[in-house]
Amino acid sequence: MIEVNEKIAIDHGLKKDEYKKICELLKRNPNLTELGIFSAMWNEHCSYKSSKKHLKKLNTKGKKVIQGPGENAGVIDIGDDDAIVFKIESHNHPSFIEPYQGAATGVGGILRDVFTMGARPIANLNSIHFGSPSNKKTKSLLRGVVQGIGGYGNCIGVPTIAGQTSFDESYNGNILVNAMTLGLVKKDKIFYSKAAGLNKPVIYVGSKTGRDGIHGASMASAKFDDKIEEKKPTVQVGDPFTEKLLLEACLELMRDDSIIAIQDMGAAGLTSSSVEMASKGKLGIELHLDKVPCREKNMSPYEIMLSESQERMLIVLENGKEKKAKEIFDKWNLDFSVIGKTTNSKNIELYFDKNKVANIPIDLLSEEAPEYDRKWKKSKLPQKIKFTKKNFKNLKITDVLKKILASPNVCSKEWIWEQYDHTVMGDTIQKPGGDAGVVRVHGSEKAIAATVDSSASYCYAHPLSGGKQIVCETWRNLISVGAEPIAITNCLNFGNPEKPENMGEFVECVEGLNEASKYLNFPVVSGNVSFYNETKDKGIKPTPTIGGVGLIKKYKDMITMDLKETGNIILVVGKTEGHLDQSIFAKEILNEKKGPPPEINLFNEKNNGETVLKLIKDKLIRSAHDVSLGGIMTGIAKMCIKGKKGINFYKYKGLIDKFEFFFSEDQGRYIIEVKKENVDKVKKILDKNSNHYDLIGEVIEGNISINDEPTLSVDKLADYNKNWLNKYMVN
Amino acid sequence: MKSSVIIFPGSNCDRDMDVALKKFGFKNKMVWHNDNVIPKSDLVVLPGGFSYGDYLRCGSIAAKSNIINSVIEFANKGGLVIGICNGFQILIETGLVTGALLRNKYLKFICKNIFVKANKTQNKYFNKIKKDILELHIAHNDGNYFCSEDDLKSMQDNDQIAVRYCDSNGEISEYSNPNGSIQNIAGVFNEKKNILGMMPHPERVIDSCLSSNDGSYFFENLLSNMK
Repeated sequence: MIEVNEKIAIDHGLKKDEYKKICELLKRNPNLTELGIFSAMWNEHCSYKSSKKHLKKLNTKGKKVIQGPGENAGVIDIGDDDAIVFKIESHNHPSFIEPYQGAATGVGGILRDVFTMGARPIANLNSIHFGSPSNKKTKSLLRGVVQGIGGYGNCIGVPTIAGQTSFDESYNGNILVNAMTLGLVKKDKIFYSKAAGLNKPVIYVGSKTGRDGIHGASMASAKFDDKIEEKKPTVQVGDPFTEKLLLEACLELMRDDSIIAIQDMGAAGLTSSSVEMASKGKLGIELHLDKVPCREKNMSPYEIMLSESQERMLIVLENGKEKKAKEIFDKWNLDFSVIGKTTNSKNIELYFDKNKVANIPIDLLSEEAPEYDRKWKKSKLPQKIKFTKKNFKNLKITDVLKKILASPNVCSKEWIWEQYDHTVMGDTIQKPGGDAGVVRVHGSEKAIAATVDSSASYCYAHPLSGGKQIVCETWRNLISVGAEPIAITNCLNFGNPEKPENMGEFVECVEGLNEASKYLNFPVVSGNVSFYNETKDKGIKPTPTIGGVGLIKKYKDMITMDLKETGNIILVVGKTEGHLDQSIFAKEILNEKKGPPPEINLFNEKNNGETVLKLIKDKLIRSAHDVSLGGIMTGIAKMCIKGKKGINFYKYKGLIDKFEFFFSEDQGRYIIEVKKENVDKVKKILDKNSNHYDLIGEVIEGNISINDEPTLSVDKLADYNKNWLNKYMVN
Repeated sequence: MKSSVIIFPGSNCDRDMDVALKKFGFKNKMVWHNDNVIPKSDLVVLPGGFSYGDYLRCGSIAAKSNIINSVIEFANKGGLVIGICNGFQILIETGLVTGALLRNKYLKFICKNIFVKANKTQNKYFNKIKKDILELHIAHNDGNYFCSEDDLKSMQDNDQIAVRYCDSNGEISEYSNPNGSIQNIAGVFNEKKNILGMMPHPERVIDSCLSSNDGSYFFENLLSNMK
């Protein structure tokens, strides 16, 4: 075996100091296998060395939290002994190099994180971000990612119920693919990754180990340069069929108490799964690598430990349960091998053909992993732009609306979600395209709502406000379908943490999201951090993605955003102040990209959300939609398109300019449709709770009618909204 | 009425079908692909999914599975057999129904509600059905039905075209054809019309809170025709 030196360590992505620390801790030089293990466990992806300090501050506790961050996924209580297991994870770097497999294995990985805990996956979501539509790579990356997500999720048979797609030139050389999964489990049947007991058999199940993905976790923590294509062989290849078998086999084995601990082999494969299980149980672990089922001949211990072949699990079993477990995995045609045992050495000891090939104290890999207090730069709130009548001269609301509905970040994403099976399992009661996806809790009256959101340009303009804003938007999306928001998961996509600007964006976004999460009692239960999203030293816009989960106690009380009946009255709950900076209107119509994002008033956010939820529960609202990109006018147009109905706007009499009223992106607002006979009742409740509201119009048949402007046909608007992406992908 | 749903490795609509059959009053049993015999049944269903991963031509490996011989035997004796989506692909691969299912015309997976017009002539599945323009759901990559002109003619002459894609008024046109199927064919019968293969999923649309409730008409009618 080659002698390890500093250069080889640096080639493994370790820093000089880190290598020095390894030698000091071991009191000797590591061999190559050991170096590989250190490099995998100490890289950013597995060790959270730059983010840990800040993540510790997150609000992770709540009455309904069963398991917060630190496990394979978070778990929340939804009553009646049911629990929801969920998490979001990034697969950005692999998806840029090989979009189909990168996205597919992203879905595969997050599904495993969820069913590892004993839960049957019931819904997938995704948040995907691409470069500018004019960038020559964007189209093929989008096509590949969508096919990859669909290819995996459709085959395994879990519905993809919601998602988010955005385009921004900052992703030209570094796209983002974040995948989220929710699973359902009985509260007393949750499985954890903490090993316990001595001499318990350690079992390897699933696919065979190949040379794919070796050092994938290190790649995920590397910056991109011109040679990135050379990294293709480190992208893993997904096999959703095997994952389906693994899912069924694991759930079958989980029916009784044979399993002590279980962990999927995700990033850094066998290395991180074995180290994490032993570390959590404060035990040692002994593995015989020649017993690992291998796909290729002559694989070395180094390769076996670092392979990221997909669809594999590591299990610590109760003694004597091996035979029964093997029968189950045989039935599902999966590999099963006893590869080691738990020990009291507190070391990870690896053998190959009876020779000891590595021996490292577990603590050095986990507890002793580096933790950095990176330098970070505080950002300033940008100066507010003064928009005047002159800016709006010659503009017509109807023209602006058409342009916004057909803009890449607002247009309908039907082309994408029609390629995802969103109805398998037979419980989807709200499909993609609404404020949140909703699935019934099988066989019960309950339903679960889920959404993913991010607002990179707000976060880029002012990270602290941006961080708060996303949590609020997630909360609003859940309320808009009638769900009580319970908890969130976060996927923190940022640039290079070694640069104070990027680190500052991270620190302040996390601070912002934490503040909102605390105020709204909307704890973070799981998540992941993805740093080094940059190409040729140019970082992406800070993009924290928040996945939110809420509960609808009676699924028949769920509401959707499509307008329901003519004659109903449209109200906007929440105050419209006219904040245009960073809005789609400012960017797309006025070509103004500066200014601060909209301010967040957490009191109003909470108060408005809670009142709207009460109105929904009291059955006083026929449809609801939160006001986000493109303001009131865009929001209403979408409600019209979905409901194939129109609206007659009352004459606008407000103090701010009508463009500010209709297109500003002030936060904490909802558009609601109320039956005429209930309007007084609704107004009374809103008044009582001190919620600001405006009555803005009445539902009519197929047209949008604004005073002094030509009438717009909703059918035509629907075409504008739908055609942009269709045409872009076909041409 | 007793039914059996076959589970192949990679099936993923087996549970949904089980739920639907039971909801409408069938006594359903799940049957594992490696078994050799089907329990006593009045109806056998091959569910949707990706049997054996469908890495070869869809359904081709399932058509060689252990259980399939007894499915063929059951069908040849006149037993009712339904294949939905991947199940339809498997029926084609076994030769129990005629034709081929090609990759969708625009080479994309399609998941959406569609309308089909059902053939109500002498068959247990749609005869007397209360609604013959049904809003069902499709979710497939390879549902582009194709057959030779001779086969098409003989199937037409024998009323073997079971369901065709149409619009909400029952109009059958290129516009209402989601995947490029010849003659908008969404499903076919065998010659004796005891076997039905179709791409749309009735089991996913059996409640008014789902994307449609029209699958209920299908199951209720089938059960009543079987009695």
